[in-house]
Order: sequence, then structure tokens, then C-alpha cells
Amino acid sequence: MKDTKNENEDIRIGVFVCHCGSNIGGLIDCKKLAEYARSLPRVAHSEDNLYTCSETGLSSIKKAIKEHNLNRVIVASCTPRTHEPLFRECISEAGLNPYLFTFVNIRDQCTWVHMKEPDKAYEKSKDLIRMGVYRAAKLEPLEKIKININPTALVIGGGVAGMSAAISLCKQGFKTYLIEKEKELGGRLRSLHRLFPHDIDASELLNKFYSEMDKLNNLIVYTSCTINHLDGFIGNYQVELEKEGELINIDVGAIVVAIGSEVLVPNGLYSYDGKKVITQLQFEEILKLGQVNAKNLVMIQCAGSRNDDIPYCSSVCCMTALKNAIVCKELNPDVKITILFRDIYTPGTFYEEYYRKARENGVVFMRYTSDKPPIVENGVVKVHNQYLNRMIEIPNDLVVLSTPLIAREDNEFLAKLLKVPLESNKFFLEAHVKLRPVDFATDGVFVCGTAKWPTDISESITQGQAAASRAGLILSHETMEVEGATSYLPEHNKDLCKGCEVCIKVCPYKAIKKNEKGEIEIIQALCKGCGLCGASCTKKAITIKHFTNEQILSEIKALGGEVA
Amino acid sequence: MSFEPKILGFLCNWCSYAGADLAGVSRIQYPPNIRVIRVMCSGRVDPEFIFEGLLTGLDGVIVMGCHPGDCHYLEGNYEAEKKFNMVKKFLELINFENRIRLEWVSASEGARFAEVVTDFTNQIRELGPSPINKSEADKRLREKLQAMKMAVSNYRMRALVGRERDITENENAYGDKTPLEKFENIFNKAIRDEFYRHYILLKLNQSPKSVKDLAKEIEIDPSEVLDHLLILKGRGQVDMENIIGITPIYISLMEG
Repeated sequence: MKDTKNENEDIRIGVFVCHCGSNIGGLIDCKKLAEYARSLPRVAHSEDNLYTCSETGLSSIKKAIKEHNLNRVIVASCTPRTHEPLFRECISEAGLNPYLFTFVNIRDQCTWVHMKEPDKAYEKSKDLIRMGVYRAAKLEPLEKIKININPTALVIGGGVAGMSAAISLCKQGFKTYLIEKEKELGGRLRSLHRLFPHDIDASELLNKFYSEMDKLNNLIVYTSCTINHLDGFIGNYQVELEKEGELINIDVGAIVVAIGSEVLVPNGLYSYDGKKVITQLQFEEILKLGQVNAKNLVMIQCAGSRNDDIPYCSSVCCMTALKNAIVCKELNPDVKITILFRDIYTPGTFYEEYYRKARENGVVFMRYTSDKPPIVENGVVKVHNQYLNRMIEIPNDLVVLSTPLIAREDNEFLAKLLKVPLESNKFFLEAHVKLRPVDFATDGVFVCGTAKWPTDISESITQGQAAASRAGLILSHETMEVEGATSYLPEHNKDLCKGCEVCIKVCPYKAIKKNEKGEIEIIQALCKGCGLCGASCTKKAITIKHFTNEQILSEIKALGGEVA
Repeated sequence: MSFEPKILGFLCNWCSYAGADLAGVSRIQYPPNIRVIRVMCSGRVDPEFIFEGLLTGLDGVIVMGCHPGDCHYLEGNYEAEKKFNMVKKFLELINFENRIRLEWVSASEGARFAEVVTDFTNQIRELGPSPINKSEADKRLREKLQAMKMAVSNYRMRALVGRERDITENENAYGDKTPLEKFENIFNKAIRDEFYRHYILLKLNQSPKSVKDLAKEIEIDPSEVLDHLLILKGRGQVDMENIIGITPIYISLMEG
């Protein structure tokens, strides 16, 4: 990028005002807005479109760029968060640098939220367009930064999600490290007995995974291994692992987080003692050994979940309870099983049938509400029956609690290391619930399985494979382009820098360092463009590309200007 | 016609801007007085921007970022808070602090975004129009804001804010940690000092003046003016131009 700007560049701005059907056009006069835009300085062309994002809209942008020789484009419409990439691509197809584009949000933050005040919404839109026009005039073309990609993956966690991801990555042809904290791969699958909904043996599935992994010659497995330290960025991570006291350094290009979750140990809940009152996971062990001695068995659902502390539904416990009840009945049809539930959730192929199967096999279902939870006493469970409207007592010799999956304590450490967020229950938070369900906002890092949210085995496999294919999208490239809107120290500002190092201290990505000559150096590939360094620079020497002081100040002046 | 405040909002791209969009998607209605500038991180908001906003005559400025601990850039919002607090302390000197606000709004808090904007708009409505635009009588206020804008662009204040977390949270080379209270004292004194120093500079930019003139115009004790002048001289920002009678006259060496 050139440091000196061509001050004489003839700036020709095109403004496109979108009706968004009736979403914007139904409230305010888009034609008039476009006319207003044309009255602003340096605006060479403006028009209104029914849908600027449609094929017709996009081609009219391209046409106008050619016809009116535009070198800046503004679209006033929905929100840059969803549509900026589309318009950037459109103007770059017409030969403009994609950064010479400004989005003005007049739908999500205007017509949709001021539906009863059309006049004021119109005035607001005018202000926003004016601000956009002044910003656009100051925009500069930017180049994306090219980085090399190391075609190697690291999968953290050797449970069912991690193994699925690793197998899929290896089969795509990428060398893959699979690390596991425990002595053996397999995760929770190793403690399970049978798997719903077809009641196959967990060991059967586990062995399939093992034999598949044995065939792979580009898979490197480290068990009893943890991650110590991590440095780098997409395509170029340096990771320090520790295996039984020994340090191992590896270089990878993408990382999949699959560290799973824990099962809540219900200490203090329903007289839990691990003997007469146990968890479903402990019950699986008993079923595995085939030694169910109980004659009357009571299961309590939502034990420790869907309350103030753990507000979510753990999603796997209903099916787990149904499965263990069915397996138990098969083992010994004389065992009387009562499932106390708040709601039974069985979404998914075969799952509802599975519920019916449990009922047909004689499992009794009884509802309780959260304000009147069951009381477990010695040999008897008391529960308020809402149909009889009285307390009833169920004799039992074993109580099984369906406790939720909870986030691992390790999550916080790993989240800090990878610079990725956790949600309020400390599970890993994906970049977008719907659009990017296995990505993190940080490029090059992915998440799958119960590290993200409680999921059953088939969903964990799905997510593991999904994460692997998302990682493959990166690893399959020799080089990649990353965001060009970064901060930098322009050549002509180097003398300004006093070496105070405030920028180094505030940079969250360790992207700034002092070189041998004692000069500040910003590593572009590491910079995410947050702008902290520039806003903190004691000599105002650092420029934040695409969000320069000049650009922001002219937006402010464009807004305040008319007032004075 | 009733007073319609003009409010500027700086929204971080990842949380608050997304929260504002969500308010839209959910059709939650709020007053149409806010105009938004999107920044990648609330920590990007240079203190200068807030003063610029107030100087152009806007009635209020609000900065919104991710909740503590949720920042997309890890700790950018903490830096935003430090910067914002400095601006607030300056504005307290002229009773302007209620015209700015800092709030945390997440991407999932569309309703909260609308609440915050409604509340702030009402607050500004009660305060009335910014006195900046009104008349010649408020020229002094404008000058004070300008002096503050100069002060937040200056090395000392920026270095103090930029290092605050480092100074108060980490040990120095000698293993000592500066208590927050001690830092606050230094910081508060710096706010006052740098405000008057830049006010003096601003006045000298207009024309050369004596200590007495300056003391009268900025309404502080002549001895304090002299102290500030000596510091400014040490920084190479002012110099003595000549002596009229027995009174030294100072000039600004700053450009513009």
C-alpha cells in the first residue's frame, strides 16, 4: 500500500438506495433519498432499487460503475453484517477495489425500529447516507494479505467427535495430530454400555473407530497428552504439547477443539450417594456387568438441570434414560421401572418410537413439576402426582439420576490459549449459531461435539465430520488471503514513534513487536484490525486501515455539520 | 417543536452493532435520535472522537461494546473503558459528563440495546440542547472542549491511559505494584493540569499573552499559570516572545 495518497484523485461516488421490497420502501421514500444523495458532494450517481442485492440490483451497480466512471460505491440497505461481502464482491467484479465500498444501515437500525415515525426515520436515513458519503470519500484501496498454509491439522480430544474429525481429515489427505488427555482414545464412549436408538454395543462402535484409525498412515496419536502453549495464526500455528513430562513441538495449519464435556456429579442432590442413588453413567456400568439386583427402580430426569444454576436442557438424558430402561427390562423384565420426568424430549429419527417401545415394555412415566420436585428417602421416592393431585410414594431399591453434561473446567484455559469465547455456561461459543455452527470467530479454529453443547453420539460424529470439512477448506489451499483492514505504521510516521510500547501492551494478538533496530513492527497476518493500538498510540502514529481517524472524523463532522 | 436530540453512537462490530441489528430483526422500537458509526472494537474509539462529536454540536455521544470478558478482541472493551473514563473526567470539569455514556450490549441483547438507547435519549432530552451551538456567550465552553480535545491527543494523557492497566495490575522492574488509589490521584491531577496547559496553549495560539492575561481569561491563579507555562516551555510548546515593561509575553510554538 502506498503511503502517499493521490490528493487530486477525482472521487466519484455512486449511492444505491434499496427498497428491500417494502421493508424500507414501505416506510420511507427511497426515490427521494436517492435524490438527496445526489445533492451531496462528490456523488456522481444515485438510484433506488427494489432489491439492490438481487441479480438486477447487482448488475445495475456494475452498469453504473462503468457508465458513470464511479470509484466509490455506497449501498443503503439492510446491514453490513450479512450483505457487505456480496456488494464488495460485486464492485470487485466491476474492477473496483472491494474496500472502496461503504454500507449504510437504513433497515435493521432504521425502518425496522422506527416503524411509527416515518418522517423521523427518513431524516435519520438522510443523516446516515450523508455520513456514508463523507466516509466513502476518504476510503482507500487495500490489498488482502497472503499467507502460507501448513496442510497439517491438530485435533484436541480423542472422543467420538475428535476421532471422527481426525479420521475425516486424514482421509482428505492431511497429516493429523490427535491428542487425548486420558491414557486411551474413545472418550465417554468407553464408559457406555449400549447406544440408542438401535441398542448396539458401544464397544462395537469403538472398535470400528479403532480399526479405521489403524489403517491411516497420516494419523499421529498422542495419548496422556495435554497442550501447554500455542502461538501463531491461521495456517501457521506452533503448538507445544506435553506427554508424560516430555515436551513435543508441532506445527499445524488448523485446529479442531473436541474436548467434550463432563457429567454432573449430583453431590447433595436427591440423597445421591453413588450406591443406592446413582447417575445414569454409573448405571451403565451395572448394565454392562449384567448385574441389576434392584426390583423397583426409579429414574429422575432433569436432575440438576433446567434450574437457575444449569438452565439448559442437556438433550441426551431423556434418550439415555429410555435406553437404559429398555436394556434393563430386557435383562430382567420383572424390574419395575418408573421414570419421573418434567418433559420428555425425543426429537430425531426413531427416537419417538423408542419412547413408545419403552412404554410397551412396561416402563411407567410420571410427571413432576420443578416447583414440586421428588423427595428421595430411604427406600421410597415421594412425588406429587398432578393428575391425582396428591403425594404418592414409590418404593424402590435403586434411584438413577439423569444428570446433565456440563462444561469442562479445562475450557477456560483452552479458550484463553486459542483466543476463542465461551458462552455463559462455559461451553465453547461458535461464530454463528446458524451460518457458522462449527467455526470459531477466530479463523483456523473449529469446534465440535459436546465441547460446544450437549449432543448425542450421532450428532457428535456429524459435527466432527463437519469441523473436519471446514478445516479442510483451509488446509487444501497452499496460500490464503486474510483481512487487509489491519493497523500499520506508515513510513512517514516512523519518526513520530517514541518507542513508548503502549501499542505492544494493548495489542490482544501480540502482533506488534520491536525489531532489532528498536523500531515498532506490526505483523500484518496476526493483526485482526481491532484498532486498539491506533486509538492508544501516544503519538497518533499508527494508522488503522479502513477505520482511519480521517474516515471516522469525517463521518462525525458530516453528522454534526448540519446542526451548526 | 419539541427538542429532538442528535445522538452519536459508536458501536463495536461484534456485539453492540449485532445487538442493534437484532433489535431491528425483532422489531423492537426505540427513539430515532441515534446515528451509528460502526467500529471494529469499542477500544477503537479514540477519545478525540467523543470531543469532536460534542464540538460539532451533537447533544450526546454513547459508546457501546461487548460485555467484560466477552470482547471479540479479548480485552479491547477494558481499554475502551479506560479511555472513556478519562474523557468523562475531563467533561466533569465543565459539567458535561452526563452527555456521554458507555454501555455493554451483547449480540443477543436486542431488547437491551433498545432500552439503553431509549434511556440515554431521554436523559439527553432532559438535559436539553447542547449549549455549544447556542451563542457567542458559549464561546468559552467551546474553547474548553477544544482544549480538552488537544489534551487527549497529547502524549502524557495517552501514555497514562495506555499504561494504566499495566501500571496498576502488574509489577514494575523493581517488583513494586502501584496501588490503584495512588494511580487515581496522579491521574486526576493530570486531568486538571493537562486541561489548563492545553487551554493556555489554545489561548496562545490565538495571540501572544502575558501570565496576567492568561490567568484572567482562563480563570485560574497567575502562579498556577506560570507553573504550567514552565512545563509547556520545557516541552518546547511555548516560548517567551518579548518583555513589555516588566511583563514577559508568551507565544505558542505549536503549528496551527
